[in-house]
Parts: sequence; structure tokens; C-alpha cells
Amino acid sequence: MNGFDDIYNELIMEHSMNSFNKKSLQSPTGCQLGHNPNCGDEIELQVKIRNGVVEDAAFTGHGCAISQSSTSIMIDTLRGKKVEQAKKIVEIFIKMIKREKISSAEKKLLGDSVAFENIKDMPARVKCALLSWHTMEELLERK
Amino acid sequence: MKNKYKEDFGIFDNNTIVYLDSGATTQKPRCVLDAMKMFYEKENANPYRAAYGLSVRATECYNTAREKVAKFIGAKNSCEIIFTKNATEALNLLAYSYGLDNLKKEDEVVISIMEHHSNLVPWQKVTKEKKAKLSYLYINDNYEISENEIENKITAKTKIVSILSVSNVLGTAVNLEKIIKKAHSVGAVVIVDASQSVAHQKLDVSRLDADFLVFSGHKMYGPLGIGVLYGKQDLLEKMSPFIMGGDMIEFVHEQETSFATLPNKFEAGTQNVGGAVGLSSAISYLEKIGFSKIEKVEKELLSYAVKKLSALSFIELYCPKEIEKMASVVSFNIKGVHPHDVASLLDLKGVCLRAGNHCAQPLMRFLDIDSTCRISFGIYNTKEDADALVDALKEIYQKFEKYIKDEK
Repeated sequence: MNGFDDIYNELIMEHSMNSFNKKSLQSPTGCQLGHNPNCGDEIELQVKIRNGVVEDAAFTGHGCAISQSSTSIMIDTLRGKKVEQAKKIVEIFIKMIKREKISSAEKKLLGDSVAFENIKDMPARVKCALLSWHTMEELLERK
Repeated sequence: MKNKYKEDFGIFDNNTIVYLDSGATTQKPRCVLDAMKMFYEKENANPYRAAYGLSVRATECYNTAREKVAKFIGAKNSCEIIFTKNATEALNLLAYSYGLDNLKKEDEVVISIMEHHSNLVPWQKVTKEKKAKLSYLYINDNYEISENEIENKITAKTKIVSILSVSNVLGTAVNLEKIIKKAHSVGAVVIVDASQSVAHQKLDVSRLDADFLVFSGHKMYGPLGIGVLYGKQDLLEKMSPFIMGGDMIEFVHEQETSFATLPNKFEAGTQNVGGAVGLSSAISYLEKIGFSKIEKVEKELLSYAVKKLSALSFIELYCPKEIEKMASVVSFNIKGVHPHDVASLLDLKGVCLRAGNHCAQPLMRFLDIDSTCRISFGIYNTKEDADALVDALKEIYQKFEKYIKDEK
């Protein structure tokens, strides 16, 4: 199917259907609900931040393949990063999805999350890709 | 199969799009666009306001459209037709102007669990304010309201029953005759939200004996931004106005105002005459084809689509078993795949359908699902459209299949 694999690539499909990050954390330091009232997607994002480092994160909830995989891959990308670095990565990801220019150095920081680059060509789904990232943004700002 | 009506719609010129979202809004035939263009080029002025000929003509256009709507739905008098922005505004008007004035503590408003938010949220607001109760007609396993449910829920306490004619999610056609009869037997008034049936079935408010009825023009081949509220004259006359302003008044003093008679009492501010002209042309279009033809073509198509979808093992359907109990709308899911992914991938194949909760969150919760894919037909749809959908669904399922299996 033309266009299918540009968006629904192997990585995104794997994460959306079988995410290791879809679980609850033992003792999270922060927890935030993300909700998209238009489509009903709902995720609960948990983080464990210690000594200024995102030690771990996890999520529960339901939604489409894009929102589920975006959440899971985001967690992989941010795990182990310093809070300031994580904030920067979130900012770059949002810029990329909103079709703003990002440098190749910035792109490198995104790691696997770069898999969502083509979502910008599917404007109706941008909000799905961004749901967890905006939720994470709020969590990190709170510290 | 060639569809001769498709040619009437400019959007399908050199465009292979498969449009299966007429329940959200229909496409517009050329005659509607031409009528509106003609109005704006030849007859546009502010209606009711001025003494010059052009303004008089604009007023005439507006009221001719009103008469057309009255005849179309079988109203006795054109003053019973109030133009609104859409069905939502009409329902808000009723909740505020009729509901607030007539509901008392412990009275009941009965709606169904299938209602669109537009026929639900206003009643929540008004019943809370009046300390009245909002009560629901629930559906059974066959996605329909049983006769028992109607008998048990509409009681001496019921003052208003507000019910859709056809569910915008399930396609269920409601037994309006039974509901109206029962409601009238306990002295309640009935509001019918005909948004999903107005383009598909002949309406006759007099035969139906509906007290109020609402619909949007844009779901019946008319333009966006024009809707209709029908009300029995004696009821409308007793109601307070909803939106205040110009044209809806008789005398205005510094502290007091008296209001205009029907229909102007409910039409404050400069009205959407161009929209009314477009709606009038859409009615002519529907009447030219004829509802017997429309019903025949659409029923055949619906039956074909349901049959093809039921044959797919990976599809879950949400509709009554009997096709006679449905109209123009079908909801389904690919098991294990989120409707938004299905809709995006269908879009890549040029198939437009709606995915989500369809402004019916309480219904989704009742059915214990998050969302559905929904197709809805118009006069321009063909069996080929249904085939294109089914082929694309098969392809999507193939892509997802191995991952769905991994999950187990």
C-alpha cells in the first residue's frame, strides 16, 4: 500500500502492538494524564526522576497505533537522560512534527523517535503523535 | 454501476474520491451552489430592513425558502419554521426556551443513550438547573430501543422526550410513532432530531404529530450554516425568545421590550438568506429525485455494504440484525486495530470515512468501546464505493495481522 510503510513502519508497528513500556512503575515520582477529547485517546504517563535524571518512565491507557507507539518510543528515547536534556529532546520532537526546521545535530538527539518524521505528511494524525510528548512536557516542567 | 446523480456534484469531477461520510456532511450539488451564487449576484441585501426593492426581494427569497421547508416537512404554517445555524442551535433553543420555562423540580426529560452530544449536553445543563432528572432510553443487544423500555421510561413525570430519528453511530432507526404516542399519552412534548434521516426518508411532522423537529441543512445537500427548527405554532407562541437583538422585537424601551410574532421572535440579527436559498434548492433537488427512489437506492446499497462487511471475519459490526431497522449509517471496527489507524490508511486509498466517538461518548461507554469506524451514504454512492472500502479494509488487515497475532 502506497504510503503505508512511510508512516506505519516496522518500529512503529512493533511498539504500538507490543510495548515493553506499557506498564506501571513501582514508585513513580510524577504522573500525568494525557487526553485527546476529539478521538478519545487516553494515556497515563509515569516518570521516575532522581538526581535530575529521568531514570525510568512507563505508560498505560489506550489509543491508536500512532499515539501508543509514539509514547513507547519517547520513553525509550528519554530514559537515562538528564531532565534538561529530556526537555530539549521533547522540544525538538514537537518542532519536527510541526514542520519547523531542525538541524541534523538536533535530529540525532531524537534517536528512534525520528521514525515519526513522516507524520507531518498526515496532518490529521499530528495530534496523535504529539499527545504523549505534550504530556511529558508538562511532567518535566513540574520539577 | 453508473450513478447518474454523481454528475450533479462538482466535487466528483475528475476526482476518484470515495466519499462515505455524508452523515457528517453531504456534498453539495451544483444547483445548490448556483442558486446561492444567483442570490448573491442578483438579490442580496439585508432582509426586512430597508424600503428599497432589493431588500424586499431578499426578504421574499428568505420567506419563500421558509414556505418551501414548511411544505417539505408537512408543517401546517410557514411561521412554524424557524431558521437556525444548525440542529445544535435548534436543540439549544428548545432546551433554553422550552425547557427552562416548563421544567419543574423532579420532572423528567427522556432522551436515548444514542443521542449526539447536541441533544444531550443542553438537557444536562437545563435539568441540573431546574433540579429535574435526565433519564435515558437504553438499547438492547440488537442495538434498538425495546417497546418495554419506552413503556417503562416515559412516565407521568416525563415532561419532554427528545429523541433522534436515526442514530448517527449505529444506524438504528427509532420507532418514532410509538415514542410519540406514549409521550403524548402522559402529556409530554416530543422533540425529534431528524439530522440523520432528513436526506434519506420522507418527513411529515403532521402525520408524525411531532411537537418539535430539528435538522441541519448541510446533511441534506444544502450549505453549511443553515438549520431548521419546526415547532407547533401554539407551543412556539408561548415560548420565550432565545437570542435577543434586531428583528426579533416589536417595541424596545429603555427598560422593557415586547417581541415580534412568529417566526421573527426566534430569528435575531441579520439572517443567513443565502443559506436559506441554498437549502431551498437542496429541497428541490431531493424532491426532483423523489424519496421513494432515494430510499430504494440507499437501502439496496446499505444492504449490500452490510452483507459484504459481515462476510469479513476480522470485522466487528455494530448494527441491528435486520436491515429494515437501519438507515444509511454503519459502524464497525477491524478487531485489534484502532479506528483512527484504519481511517488514516483508508485515506491513503482515497476512501473517506469517520473514525472516533461520533459526538456520542455516553453511547461508546455504554457499548464498552472507545470508538468506531463509520460509513454513511448519500445519493451519489455506489456499490463500487462499498467494494473499494472492503478491498482497502482487507489490505489494511493484512498489514496489521502479524502484529495483532504477536500480541496474543
